[in-house]
Amino acid sequence: MANERRTLLLEFEKPLVELEAQIQQVRDKSSEFGVDVSEQIRELEERAKQLRYEIFSKLTPGQTLQVARHPRRPSTLDYIQAISEEWIELHGDRRGSDDPAIVGGIGRLNGQPVVMLGQQKGRDTKDNVARNFGMASPGGYRKALRLMEHANRFQMPILTFIDTPAAWAGVDAEKFGQGEAIAYNLREMFRFEVPIICTVIGEGGSGGALAIGVGDRLLMFEHAVYSVAPPEACAAILWRDAQKAPQAAEALKITARDLLKLGIIDEIVPEPVGAAHSNPVEAAENLKAALLRNLAEVQALSSSERRELRYQKFRRMGVFSEVV
Amino acid sequence: MSLFDWFANRRKETALTPMQPEREIADGLWTKCEACGVMIYSKDLHGHQLVCPECGHHHRVSSSERIQQLIDPHTWRPLDENLVSCDPLQFKDRKPYSDRLREYQEKTGLKDAVQTGLGQLEGLPIALGVMDFAFMGGSMGSVVGEKITRLIERATWEHIPLVIVCASGGARMQEGMLSLVQMAKTAAALERHRSAGLLYIPVLTHPTAGGVTASFAMLGDIIIAEPKATIAFAGRRVIEQTLREKLPDDFQTAEFVQKCGFVDVIVPRTQLKSTLAQLIRLHQPVAGQVSSTLLPKSFPLMAMAEESL
Ligand SMILES: [Zn+2]
Repeated sequence: MANERRTLLLEFEKPLVELEAQIQQVRDKSSEFGVDVSEQIRELEERAKQLRYEIFSKLTPGQTLQVARHPRRPSTLDYIQAISEEWIELHGDRRGSDDPAIVGGIGRLNGQPVVMLGQQKGRDTKDNVARNFGMASPGGYRKALRLMEHANRFQMPILTFIDTPAAWAGVDAEKFGQGEAIAYNLREMFRFEVPIICTVIGEGGSGGALAIGVGDRLLMFEHAVYSVAPPEACAAILWRDAQKAPQAAEALKITARDLLKLGIIDEIVPEPVGAAHSNPVEAAENLKAALLRNLAEVQALSSSERRELRYQKFRRMGVFSEVV
Repeated sequence: MSLFDWFANRRKETALTPMQPEREIADGLWTKCEACGVMIYSKDLHGHQLVCPECGHHHRVSSSERIQQLIDPHTWRPLDENLVSCDPLQFKDRKPYSDRLREYQEKTGLKDAVQTGLGQLEGLPIALGVMDFAFMGGSMGSVVGEKITRLIERATWEHIPLVIVCASGGARMQEGMLSLVQMAKTAAALERHRSAGLLYIPVLTHPTAGGVTASFAMLGDIIIAEPKATIAFAGRRVIEQTLREKLPDDFQTAEFVQKCGFVDVIVPRTQLKSTLAQLIRLHQPVAGQVSSTLLPKSFPLMAMAEESL
C-alpha cells in the first residue's frame, strides 16, 4: 500500500508527503515513550493543511495536467454511482459494437430519471487496457448518440462526463469513420430538445471530448483540463519536441480558469483541497450540487428556448476582429 | 486532435528535383508534374484545372482559382472578407502566432484559410466556401469557423444549396480550445440548414483531416472527393507511431474511404462543376409537382394540387 502510494505520488506533492511522514514518526514515538505530543501534532497537521492548500492553489498548467490524469482521480462511473440513487448501465451502439471506453445508462438523480454517459478510464492497468485508456472508437460515439436519442425520446435530461486524452487513432477507427461519428454527434446534440449538461471531470482532449460535449451548460472541475489536442502532441508538432509538453500546456490555455475567461465553459466546480482524488466523496457532492442547480435552471426553459440558447452559446464562441 | 502532419507534407513538396530547365520553371513558363515528372506548359496546366494531362495527378489549387473553376463569370459575391485573427491566446511556439499570421497573409494575399461567398454555378445560385491549404495548412481557427458558420447561416436564410471545398490539416492549435469549438459551431449551423430541407455537398480535396473531417466535411447530404485525396481523422504518422507498423499505401485515400462507406462519389476536378450542377438540379422540385419540404407543415396539399392543374 505504502509502495503504491509512492508510485502514484506527483512530484509537487512530495514536501507534503514528507511532512505527513514526519507527523507519523512523532505519533509512533509518543506511543512508544508514552509522552503527550498532541500539541505538536496539532501544529504539524495545521502546517500540512496549509501546505496542501498552497500547493494546490497555485498549480502550473503542466501540474494541473498531471492532477487531471492522476490514476486515482474519480472516473465517470465513480461519479455516476456517487451522485445517483439508482443506476442501470446499458450497452451497445446497435451497429455491431459495444465500446467499453464509453459507458452510459439510465439513473435517478434526486428522484428524476436521467441518462448519464461519459468516457471511462480504467481503475487499474488491466481495466485501462480493456477500456483503451478512455479513448473511444467510432462505436463508442455511436453508443453515446443512441443513448442520447433514447433520452430525447423519453424526455430525460442528458448528463455527460468528459474524461479522455483524445479519440482513438487507429486503423479500425479510421475505417469505421471516426471523423463521421464525431461530426454526427456534434450536429445531433443541437437537435435534441431535452436539457444537456456536460462536465469535464478529468482530461478533455480534442474532438474525442467535444463529441459528447455539446450542451446547455459546460461545467468543469477545478483541476480538470480541456485541450484542442494532447499537449504532448502539440509540443511534438509546434515545438518539434514532445518533451516541451509543459510549455504547450501553458500556451494552449487548458485550465478551467483560463477557459472560463475565454467563454468556453460556464462554471468551475470546486474540488476539495488536495484535488478530487484526495477526497472523492466531497468532489462528488460538489458535482451533484452544481448539476442539480444548473439542471433546474435549464429545465425552467421551454425546449425551443433551450435549443435557441444552446445554439447562441456556441455561436458566440471564437475571437476575431472585423476590420472595416 | 488528429495531428495531420502538414509540416512533413510541405517539406516533401518543396523538394523539387534540380534536373529540369530551372530557369523556365523559375519563370513559371513550365511546371513539372509532381507525380509523373513530365514538363507541362503552365498555361496548359491551368487550362486543364491543374490536373496533369499525362497522368491525371491533381495538383493543389488556390482558393481563388477554385472559385474561378466553379463559379460562373461575374456572379461571385464574396462575404466577410475582413475577418482576421487577433491571436487571442498570445500564442508563441518557436515563433509568435501573430508573426506566422502576417507571413501567411503576405505569402497568400488572403486574410485566413477560407474564402466564402455567393455565386452561380451553371446558373444555379449557391453558397460556396473554399478552404486554402496554402494558408497555415488550411487549419481552422476562430476566423475559419466564423466565416463558414456565417456562410451556412446565409445559405439557410437565402434557402439555397451549400458547397464547401475542404482542404485542411485540422484545428489550428495556436488558438487552443477556441479552435476546437468551431467544430461544434459549424455543426450547429449545418443542423439548421438541414432542418430547412436544404442540400449540402462538401467536396473533400487533398488533404482533409482532423477537426475538419470530424465536423462539416463529414456532414454532407452527399459527399464528393477528388481522386487520391487524403481523407483522414488521425494522421497516418500518428497511427503508425501508436501501432508501430507500416500502413498500406492506399490507407486514407479517397478511394479507400469510399470503400469504407464515407464518400459517395469520386469526381475528377475537370468534371466537378458539371457534377455539382447535376446533383443540385436533381434536388430541385420538378415544375408542376409539389415539394413537401418547401411547404409549411399545415399547407393544404389538395389546394396546391388543384392550383397547379
Ligand atoms: Zn503527371
